[in-house]
Amino acid sequence: MAKYKERAKVISQECIAPDIFSMWIGTKDIAMEAVPGQFISVYCRDGSRLLPRPISICEIDKEKRSLRIVYRIAGKGTNEFSGYNAGDLIDIVGPLGNGFPLDFEGSAFLIGGGIGIPPMLELAKQLKCETKAVIGYRDSNMFLKDEFERYTEVVVATEDGSAGTKGNVIDAIKDNGLKADAIFACGPTPMLRALKQYAAENNMKAWISLEEKMACGIGACLACVCRSTEVDGHSRVHNKRICKEGPVFPAEDVEL
Amino acid sequence: MNMKVNIAGVELKNPVMTASGTFGSGQEYSEFVDLNKLGAVVTKGVANVPWPGNPTPRIAETYGGMINAIGLQNPGIDVFVNRDIPFLRQYDTKIIVNVCGRSKEDYIEVVERLADEPVDLLEINISCPNVKEGGIAFGQKAEAAYDITRAVKKAAKQPVIMKLSPNVTDITEMARAVEAGGADAVSLINTITGMKIDIHRRKFAVANKTGGLSGPAIKPVAVRMVYQVANAVKLPIIGMGGIANAEDALEFILAGATAVSVGTANFADPFTTEKVVAGIEEYMIKYGVQDINELIGAVK
Repeated sequence: MAKYKERAKVISQECIAPDIFSMWIGTKDIAMEAVPGQFISVYCRDGSRLLPRPISICEIDKEKRSLRIVYRIAGKGTNEFSGYNAGDLIDIVGPLGNGFPLDFEGSAFLIGGGIGIPPMLELAKQLKCETKAVIGYRDSNMFLKDEFERYTEVVVATEDGSAGTKGNVIDAIKDNGLKADAIFACGPTPMLRALKQYAAENNMKAWISLEEKMACGIGACLACVCRSTEVDGHSRVHNKRICKEGPVFPAEDVEL
Repeated sequence: MNMKVNIAGVELKNPVMTASGTFGSGQEYSEFVDLNKLGAVVTKGVANVPWPGNPTPRIAETYGGMINAIGLQNPGIDVFVNRDIPFLRQYDTKIIVNVCGRSKEDYIEVVERLADEPVDLLEINISCPNVKEGGIAFGQKAEAAYDITRAVKKAAKQPVIMKLSPNVTDITEMARAVEAGGADAVSLINTITGMKIDIHRRKFAVANKTGGLSGPAIKPVAVRMVYQVANAVKLPIIGMGGIANAEDALEFILAGATAVSVGTANFADPFTTEKVVAGIEEYMIKYGVQDINELIGAVK
């Protein structure tokens, strides 16, 4: 799959929850090749910050050749991005990694936790099978929830109990008596670990999207490895590259 | 105008190469960079057997740099010979294989295995700060550096570059030791041991606690060390440490480097190597330099 480095243009940017920003970016080729679950590398303008920030793709608009990223301010780099305005130029590389399988037949939960929620939105648009979104938030700042509702039924869990089920996404599944054949998920590692186990116990297929600190984003530096059940093709150990073989893996392929 | 340089009898079309560990074996970056435009590709370190590397997180960004503790994850020499060398041979560039090991025997095994392979130069990594055995143990004591150089030279068919660590009191002592041991060239500097602490999580930013600092932050240290080594030994020097553009590369060349390697800057821009080649060419035109060799060590 082709990858491109582009000087792209910010189309719009807005703050959609405390510290959570949504940015539409106009691209030349990247949007045309992107699939749900892939990510882009976003480069800072400030030269003291060398490494690109890997950010998942939230939406793809091929007609307008544009991409949407929804990200949390996690440090100085993402803080810099949050200050960009429409018309600003932004260096990006993408699309990177492998997305979710789109040909699944059966019923599926689309599960997002925290800043793992955004990539599930484009997946909700593109998956043809029967879906339900199960979304975990910290509190009642339920960013993107109304947008998910355009494409699928949504249930919510909040850590503080201010909306939906108090607890995590598995609590919300149980609370609502939901059943499905598969899980597609992105979120913090403890959530993914619990979902991997839940899927195994309930005989469900599961695909999970992982994250790790990255340097190159294209598979060369070997910073972002995860423990894999099988020997990996690159180094013949048990380390798959999240940026290259992932970020989406069948849950049984990785140890968390 | 001549951009060709010579390292231990191997002619490079230009002085720009990649720094080991930042460029894999070229495959991933070949989607961006035309490898034919580079003087050489220096591969990620390869050992006699596969190495799994360190736990994650393996990297952290720092001001103007980064810390890494990958731990030399690599597929071992068999996969490397069958997969990576044929890949690189498709391109018109020199191949420099970086060799790592935990013991003298490990290094020798890899070097012997490469003897009849179409590689141009060997770079012996005695300076990785992130593995517990071997690696830097050979690179911080002059006697050990001399011994490993002699042993490798005896086994090697290709010319040998010894890669030096900056984590020593006097790098010229190490350069003299490997010269006495028969090295054909030296490369410097490897990363500087560093540490970063995440004050919010109250944890080390990389799982290994310490890691190698690289990037523009270390460039002045690297230029100084290249200058010192250039004045201490007769060996050709491959200079590296924070090179992000042609101006940086020219500093190293003027300090005494025959060739230069681009490392961490590949992460900041995958096209950096090609841009450095083009920028050196522009500099030579601007100042009417006919032969790049005139610039090597020109600042005394």
